Amino acid sequence: MLPIIFAMPIIQLCVLVFAATFEMKNTNVYVVDRDLSSHSRQIISKFYGSPFFTVKDVDFSIKNAEDELSKDNVDAILYFENGFGKAVDKKEHASVQVLVNAIDASAAGLYNAYILSVIQDYNLQVNSKIQSVDKNNTVLQVKNTYSYLFNAEMKYIPYMLPGILVLLITVIGLFLSAMNVVREKEIGTIEQINVTPIKRYQFLIGKLIPFLLIGFFELGVGLIIAAFVFKIPILGSVWLIYLVAFIYLLTILGIGLFISTQTDTQQQAMFIAWFFMIIFVLMGGLFTPTESMPEWGQKMNLLNPVAYFIKIIRMIMLKGSGFMDILKDLSILALYSLVMLSFAVNRYRKVA
Amino acid sequence: MDSKISIKDLSKSYGDVQALKGINLDIESGELFGLIGPDGAGKTSLFRLLATLLLPDSGSATLCGFDMVKEYKPIRNILGYMPGRFSLYQDLSVLENLNFFATVFDTRIEDNMEMIRDIWLQIEPFKHRLAGKLSGGMKQKLALCCALIHQPKILLLDEPTTGVDVVSRSEFWQMLKSLKAKGVTIIVATPYMDEANLCERVALMQDGEILSLNTPAGIISDFGRDLYAIQGKDIYQLLLDLRTYPHANSVFPFGQSIHYTDKRDAISPSELKDYLISKGQYDIEISKITAGIEDCFMALSQQNKVQA
Repeated sequence: MLPIIFAMPIIQLCVLVFAATFEMKNTNVYVVDRDLSSHSRQIISKFYGSPFFTVKDVDFSIKNAEDELSKDNVDAILYFENGFGKAVDKKEHASVQVLVNAIDASAAGLYNAYILSVIQDYNLQVNSKIQSVDKNNTVLQVKNTYSYLFNAEMKYIPYMLPGILVLLITVIGLFLSAMNVVREKEIGTIEQINVTPIKRYQFLIGKLIPFLLIGFFELGVGLIIAAFVFKIPILGSVWLIYLVAFIYLLTILGIGLFISTQTDTQQQAMFIAWFFMIIFVLMGGLFTPTESMPEWGQKMNLLNPVAYFIKIIRMIMLKGSGFMDILKDLSILALYSLVMLSFAVNRYRKVA
Repeated sequence: MDSKISIKDLSKSYGDVQALKGINLDIESGELFGLIGPDGAGKTSLFRLLATLLLPDSGSATLCGFDMVKEYKPIRNILGYMPGRFSLYQDLSVLENLNFFATVFDTRIEDNMEMIRDIWLQIEPFKHRLAGKLSGGMKQKLALCCALIHQPKILLLDEPTTGVDVVSRSEFWQMLKSLKAKGVTIIVATPYMDEANLCERVALMQDGEILSLNTPAGIISDFGRDLYAIQGKDIYQLLLDLRTYPHANSVFPFGQSIHYTDKRDAISPSELKDYLISKGQYDIEISKITAGIEDCFMALSQQNKVQA
């Protein structure tokens, strides 16, 4: 058991951080070019030049393209009607059709956005070329520029890693503690403990400390991997991360022990812990931003310890936030941990 | 030192099942007391109540003068409880288990060596072995050590010899005798009738009631009827034939023979023999024997059923 507890999170961290990314590197595009004008070719050449796209084939038949799409060989089709180039030259309405495989909705959204940005780029170019023929006509364009604060290159690893670190600590904390007291019930050792004069809070503190230490150890390993393997600069204080982790673990362990005292078998405990785990993680802002959730979902997140910790740890690691910046969220977590732990102590009964 | 137990009208039910129906029992200081009864008689429920693990529906009990419900905290300091199911930490070694329970009771092994020495010497060779890897008898000895480590005044043993070989069983009872000599009040629950003779007093339990409470000799002398052991070739047919005998009071199979009592006070074995031969039995031996605890229990439980 012990090697599993320690090895599993490290492997997960290394695998998940590389795998769980939103960057689209290999979008396969099938081009149907019935126009064969210089304009359509210029656009196609942009796709050839982009690292994000692989142009599978250029063809005249939309039917072939659709076949490929339905066979899942390509992700998107780019379709130029005959007369596209002419329309551009005449400054008429020219359109390109984009067909995207939307089986995976979030991927489809990204393909679309990427393809649009390539075409957009071409639009600006062709506009300025045509306009600039006449020297007196200055080109009126609104161009937007971006600056991504705290993660300048919009890299996914610095964004995902703190969240995945939280996830791993949560798994260890919630599952181990939820299984613990109920395991003693199953094998009967609780019977022998209950007849001793040991007090309830003493018993539960004894249960708490080992998991706290394991959680701290895993957090340490995770931070070392973050700093030295993934080279993520940890801007804030590591001690502050540990303080938050301490309060967070108390909350999670409190929930786990509470589940454990309320169930009779490990199976029940596992099921309930898993139920909460899924909700906490999927709503916690690890994969999807919490801001995109409906309002009731955001309100529910007030009770989601994972959401607090992901938010705080990203603030500390990427933004370098100090104690005062996180004080509000931290005090909510602290209150939460107090409530959960007193629940656990209160609901644990030595007498049936 | 007063370490008596007195139980008054104690009842406990789980849903519709009434596990204990108004138990009244007084156990003296330093007594070796036996609770004898089949599975489901309510022995474990009674123990769990006395061990402050369950709350009674009604009635009360005092241990060493402490009320079972209100003063459960001091009781936990003076009580040693050994559950029927092995409930020490299987993934700790023998020594670690003992150390753990000593610490939980805020004491040390060395301070209590006197109490457990005889038992400890037998398991000491295995002290670094994991508790889960011990044999059944060794497990029970370790459990007894752990239950004794805080020098309890009262010791509750729930079926300590179930699943233990014959040699270990007699060793175990030897240990209980020597513990009794140290002044510990011991209550043993057991489904084995033969172990009743090893107790000073026994209570025969069935369906949450105490059928009889006496010394083992007293229970046997209360039996009241002549008991005959009947042997024959075809035991099963013999059993059926005896049950149809109009004067039969009780007929129970008992090992290789059948234990028989008659409704009449005086019977002649030859008359019974003639009856059986007329039924086609042969090679029949009838001998008068003295009743054992089991015979008494069977008789009492039958009486109880008839009344109910």
